[in-house]
Amino acid sequence: MTRIARWYRIAVFMLAGASLAISGCSEHASDVTVVRFWAMGREGEVVTALLPEFERTHPGIRVAVQQLPWTAAHEKLLTSFAGDATPDIAQLGNTWIAEFVALGALQPLDASIGASSVDPHDFFAGIWDTNVVATHTYGVPWYVDTRLLFYRRDVLEAAGIGSVPGSWSEWTRTLAAVKAHAEPGRYAILLPMNEVEPLLALALQQHDPLLRDGGRYGNFESAGFRRALDFYVDMFRRGYAPPVTAAQLSNVWNEFGRGTFAFYISGPWNIGEFERRLPPAAQSAWATAPLPGPDGPGASIAGGSSLVVFRASKAKDAAWQLVEYLARPDVELRFRELTGDLPPRRSAWSDPGLAADVHARAFRDQLERVKPAPKVPEWERIADEMRLVAERAARGEWTVDEAVRELDARADRILEKRRWLLARGARD
Amino acid sequence: MSAAEPPQSANSAPSGGSEAAKPRARGDHTSTPLPAQRGAAHRRWAWHVIPRPAAIAVNGLLGAAAAIALFPLLWMLAVSFMSPGEASAYPPPLVPAHPTFANYRELFAHAGIGRYLANSVLLAVAATALSLVFNVMAGYAFAKLDFRGRERLFKLMLGALVIPGQVAMVPLFLLLKQLGLVNTYGGVIVPALASIFGIFLVRQYALSIPDDLLEAARIDGASEWRIFGAIVVPLLSPIIVTLAVFTLLGTWNDFMWPLIVLSDQHLYTLPVALASLSREHVQDNELMMAGSVLTTLPVLVVFLVLQRYYIQGLMMGGVKG
Amino acid sequence: MTSAAPAGLRVRHVRALAGRHHVAWWFVGPALLVIAVFFVLPVVAALAMSLTDFDIYALADLSNLRIVGLRNYVELLQRPLFWKALGNTLYFVGAGVPLSLGASLGAALLLNSRLARFQPFFRTALFAPVVTTVVAVAVIWRYLLGTRYGVVNYALGAIGVPAVDWLGDPRFAMPAIILFAVWKNFGYNMIILLAGLQNIPNELYEAARIDGASAFARFRFVTLPMLAPILTIVAILTVAGYFQLFAEPYVMTQGGPLQSTVSVLYFMYEEGFKWWNLGNASAVAFLLFLLIFAVTLLQTRQLRRGGFAR
Repeated sequence: MTRIARWYRIAVFMLAGASLAISGCSEHASDVTVVRFWAMGREGEVVTALLPEFERTHPGIRVAVQQLPWTAAHEKLLTSFAGDATPDIAQLGNTWIAEFVALGALQPLDASIGASSVDPHDFFAGIWDTNVVATHTYGVPWYVDTRLLFYRRDVLEAAGIGSVPGSWSEWTRTLAAVKAHAEPGRYAILLPMNEVEPLLALALQQHDPLLRDGGRYGNFESAGFRRALDFYVDMFRRGYAPPVTAAQLSNVWNEFGRGTFAFYISGPWNIGEFERRLPPAAQSAWATAPLPGPDGPGASIAGGSSLVVFRASKAKDAAWQLVEYLARPDVELRFRELTGDLPPRRSAWSDPGLAADVHARAFRDQLERVKPAPKVPEWERIADEMRLVAERAARGEWTVDEAVRELDARADRILEKRRWLLARGARD
Repeated sequence: MSAAEPPQSANSAPSGGSEAAKPRARGDHTSTPLPAQRGAAHRRWAWHVIPRPAAIAVNGLLGAAAAIALFPLLWMLAVSFMSPGEASAYPPPLVPAHPTFANYRELFAHAGIGRYLANSVLLAVAATALSLVFNVMAGYAFAKLDFRGRERLFKLMLGALVIPGQVAMVPLFLLLKQLGLVNTYGGVIVPALASIFGIFLVRQYALSIPDDLLEAARIDGASEWRIFGAIVVPLLSPIIVTLAVFTLLGTWNDFMWPLIVLSDQHLYTLPVALASLSREHVQDNELMMAGSVLTTLPVLVVFLVLQRYYIQGLMMGGVKG
Repeated sequence: MTSAAPAGLRVRHVRALAGRHHVAWWFVGPALLVIAVFFVLPVVAALAMSLTDFDIYALADLSNLRIVGLRNYVELLQRPLFWKALGNTLYFVGAGVPLSLGASLGAALLLNSRLARFQPFFRTALFAPVVTTVVAVAVIWRYLLGTRYGVVNYALGAIGVPAVDWLGDPRFAMPAIILFAVWKNFGYNMIILLAGLQNIPNELYEAARIDGASAFARFRFVTLPMLAPILTIVAILTVAGYFQLFAEPYVMTQGGPLQSTVSVLYFMYEEGFKWWNLGNASAVAFLLFLLIFAVTLLQTRQLRRGGFAR
């Protein structure tokens, strides 16, 4: 019987080992609360630098940061919700808040905010508003994001343009001049086809909303969106913008430094990136300016990320303390130093360091003219379709008419369930 | 599961199996695992002949094919030792100017790749060891132990091989959520505990065990478990090694399922971590190549050491199936 | 070839002697349980799910679920992206399988040749790509295929061909993926075909040579017919495997550019795990299964009718 006994012993041992492995991945700290924090992109890399101070002043709380790439963050968050494996606190793009609220994934923070030092009125109104769904607040803004022009002053001057464009017509003139003056292989503006934000900003500058009937149908066949899409596609038609995605340029920052394009519509994080990655000689050659609108300075995206606490979290209090800490103006300013992200609190903006930042001034100006994207849970999906349709139109495969009709059809299809739920009387 | 992956789960397309098991395989006790190298004698004779243009052509083509097959892997190795930014140059460099371990240090120190490596090793070994137990027992039973509905069940299982694994992925995820296995090692291991392909492979091989041997043991009064442990397992050892190599490679390289099941970064396996890193660090070629080396090297080493068994198993499956 | 008769007699002999082995259920039980619970059950559930509009709303609150019957299937068949994914996948299979089999067969023939030296080394070298992880190698190929700094374009430039935007041009992205997939797994079938080649008795070749047949004639009239059964199986399995294209688009192109590399499985992944439209995703998965099944059946019947013994 010995061989069988040995055989079974091995099997039992392996099974036991396996079950240990299966269960042994969670950390059982007795007196320390671990707060699982998911953050994306550069913020995720850098926030760990802010944590030692937090952990020192809040003994008994330890923060475990997990960094997600932006391209996979949305699906990872949804998958974690589906699998009941959400973190305690996460950075959430504020266009996603409506979606996660509809899922019932987020903890309403009104009570915590009321009892804390976080003052809603200190935040930019449009930005705070993106966190409010049906009178409850679900997130605290962490940093603001909007899109505006990064441009090469010297390239403009070489093409004979003395000042940065302030309206669409001036912009078109500037682009034409830069392109005419540029060598072959160089362009006037970079509009990466994997980014929907430039087109979204142009669309938000219009008077027509993107969705109609309380977010039940797409409104892309309106005159406003048509105008925006036509303006966008025109830049590719005339060869001002190369038909590429950001990944195809081996290195966007290098190419901007080399002058391959003169304009790039991007966000605040690139202030830090350009300062870091471009050679010192090139630092005086670039600047930022607010986005031109159809008739003058235009609106832009009320973007940014908020900090949210998940309803399923078992460490809500500790998570809230982390939120409160990160929302402090001084911490926000330190965060800004690390990432270049702009603080969402007006009090932080009065800091002399920030006031002296030449590149940030355009953002301060732009932040007064930001508009939110439609607050429907399906927005992320519709934005994705917008990107795909715009790419086809930009490559000349569809006319603007065909594109807007297609986009409306797709948006209507995506919103079908929402219409059904609303008709059934569910909460918005 | 990519078109290019060797099979690793219950439903994978095997190398040589099919719905209709050939009649000669069933009762064939005499065919040897590895077909004799019939050309060997002729080949030895050819050595002493002056190389003809045909020989140069054949070997030249083989050399060219080998170069194409190996070049990306060698380039991966080379770039992993280059300094950051060196590879994005024109003309593209093939050899690092000043070889450095900086990328590896960066991966281990900042990207935490040591953890992912450990996860991959743990999961691959655990899944292999456990699935061997399940598959070998079942394969032997299908070959040598008669029970009601055995043949029909086996045919049914072979038929199920046609179903692509991805059909089951979504409900499987929800099922594992109910069992609390999402975002755990168990979520990756448990579905891989048994595989139809593995059972098939073992069964085909086990058919060649002489019945007389088993009968004699039964007449002597040995229980089925004893027979299994004392007689069958040693006889099956070649196919056990083959299956172990198959499963190890398959689990190590598995990408889609761990991507879905594992949320927490500290549980990631190497392929998942690499995919995540590659989306984040699109610009850092050298770092990514170092990551690729770490992901590929262990399996290459295992393969090189045990290739005899792996290739033997493939050939066997191809010829007998 | 041994006939089935002696084996059958032996089986009956054993059965008469020992009776049925009820303990066998303990042997197959664990494996069957795992397969039943973690494969069969989900497959059945997937079928059921495909008849509902299970989505993220339903995930939050099950009362948001609606049974919609075949609506998912009907809507899928009306979605242009589904047809595009199907077209991309068929392109991949139609171009990739012959290329892959051709490469495998060619390599096997070369390896099997009497003139080949260093056979073990070449065999290992040609098989090495199969063993590697798709993700790791896709990352490598993404850089090799880079427009400005990629080695492939550099080599093409050396022979005068202008640089190709492999992963950025919708016309070339799928060919790039096809070439990558062929590179990665031609070694797998090569080994199997090699085994088949080595099983062909030399006497047949000798007889053909004595009859004065040329090398090509020997290939056509000895090698191919003898190899036909194995070639058939390999073809069927390669086709089935290639229909399941996913990892390469996921890592190299994310389905782009212009969705020219969205395969059916990639489409399913996005529907299911990016947008959590699980009802739709399950419907896609089943359509894929039906497609593979139909193609496999067609192939089997076609090749059986063609006279290849199986």
